[in-house]
Amino acid sequence: MSLSKKSTVIVENLRKKQMRESISAGKRLDERGLDEIRPIEIELDVIKKANGSAWVKLGNTEVVAGIKVETGEPFEGLENSGALIITAEVLPIASPHVEPGPPDEETIELARVVDRGVRESEMLDLSKLVLVPGKIVYTIFVDCSIINVDGNLFDAASYAVVSALASCKLPVFEIKDDKVVETGRTQEPPITTIPVSITTVKIGDYLLSDPNTEEEACMDARLTITTNSKGSIVAMQKGLKGNFSVDEVKSIADKARIKGEEIRGKLKGLINVG
Amino acid sequence: MVQSRSLIDESGRRSDGRIIDELREVKINVGIIKNADGSALIEFGKNKIIAAVYGPREVHPKHMALSDRCVVRCRYHMSPFSTDTRKSPAPSRRETEISKVIREALEPALILEDYPRAAIDIFIEVLQADGGSRCAGISAASVALADAGINMRDMVSACAAGKVDDKIVIDINDTEDKEGGADMPVAYMPNLKKITLLQLDGELNPAEFNTCLDEAIRGCLKVYEIQRSSLIEKYFGKEKGLKEE
Repeated sequence: MSLSKKSTVIVENLRKKQMRESISAGKRLDERGLDEIRPIEIELDVIKKANGSAWVKLGNTEVVAGIKVETGEPFEGLENSGALIITAEVLPIASPHVEPGPPDEETIELARVVDRGVRESEMLDLSKLVLVPGKIVYTIFVDCSIINVDGNLFDAASYAVVSALASCKLPVFEIKDDKVVETGRTQEPPITTIPVSITTVKIGDYLLSDPNTEEEACMDARLTITTNSKGSIVAMQKGLKGNFSVDEVKSIADKARIKGEEIRGKLKGLINVG
Repeated sequence: MVQSRSLIDESGRRSDGRIIDELREVKINVGIIKNADGSALIEFGKNKIIAAVYGPREVHPKHMALSDRCVVRCRYHMSPFSTDTRKSPAPSRRETEISKVIREALEPALILEDYPRAAIDIFIEVLQADGGSRCAGISAASVALADAGINMRDMVSACAAGKVDDKIVIDINDTEDKEGGADMPVAYMPNLKKITLLQLDGELNPAEFNTCLDEAIRGCLKVYEIQRSSLIEKYFGKEKGLKEE
């Protein structure tokens, strides 16, 4: 059962009024332009025990993503593909509004949207991660721990997952006498494209990229669009009870392509992939 | 416990190159979680652990509140990528027990009567585990509590000692924990000279037990110095901190 969202972050009416006035003048309360994305910092390989990892800061939002590679059975209906599992957890250290316990619907949506962007872009060529067709495949877990919340977890978690995946080293498994053995060698992951997620929110009649917590508390609707290296759209998710006009959706999609390309350049430079 | 290979070589060096009374490298970074009232990142060898404190704040659900003192809630949790094989994100029985003993190790240092009807939440997240994560978690949480400005009687510093190849060593690492003879984590209030956490698995004879306890406390005192200087560095800057030392 899904209930209407109860507001946990409270923004005073006066502050809301201030925000609307500022936005209508083309400037946000944190001095950003309406389509300006906060600075992105990425540190790779922060978790040595993981096969790949990234600590991403998007403004004050911070996410650590770590990859663990195992072998297992393929998913049903995908017998000739490696298994990719992406999860996200908003840790209670991350904000005063997080309750410890099983993930709520927002966190599950977050994990699924991040997963969808990466999966649908076919960033990883999963057909190359099969050991015994139909029986044993590589299982790649990408787990995101959100450690500080300041809005736009969708994009921050997505950048963390993509950076960790693109920079990971996959262990090489082999089949010997019907058993899986780890060879101790590593291989580059089969990367085909770099998906980039761009989230835009609507506050009143205005569209803002990369919302922070305060802006998210005032937003009417949210749209996350993921594009691939070719500039095609590969995944979308509209959220909240507000709505968008067709023209708004088209302009958000255009912006997701342009901003996406900028961030893709930045990610590629950091991760060193072609 | 199987001792399959020698964990201390002829020159007295352990599997990671340390001598028997040497601590792994410890670094504490105070205030790294911007949303939290107090926080600390501890790197204890390869352990990488964040502790964050929220509170004193309102208790939810309200019926859990105590009229004469503060409620302390503690969660110790390991990220799925923190261990050699992936750990399910759902809390395990081990994590539940460790959460409890950590809370009980920290509570004696907190002046809970100062905050009636309130709650203090302590969250410990293990990003990378390397043996001794409960001790590192306690030491980080204690710094985070001080960073949050919670009234405290003393710091809580924690370190394990144990038996490896029949020798008593301090600060057991992952390999020594799995292959060694005994592991005894201790948490200690260094100024009040009181023990607040004590666990043991493995076998120690009475003489070994006494040495082990003394060595663990020596380890706690070393950790205490690092906790202290990390707080001085945050609040008074590096230079002032050095002058005071």
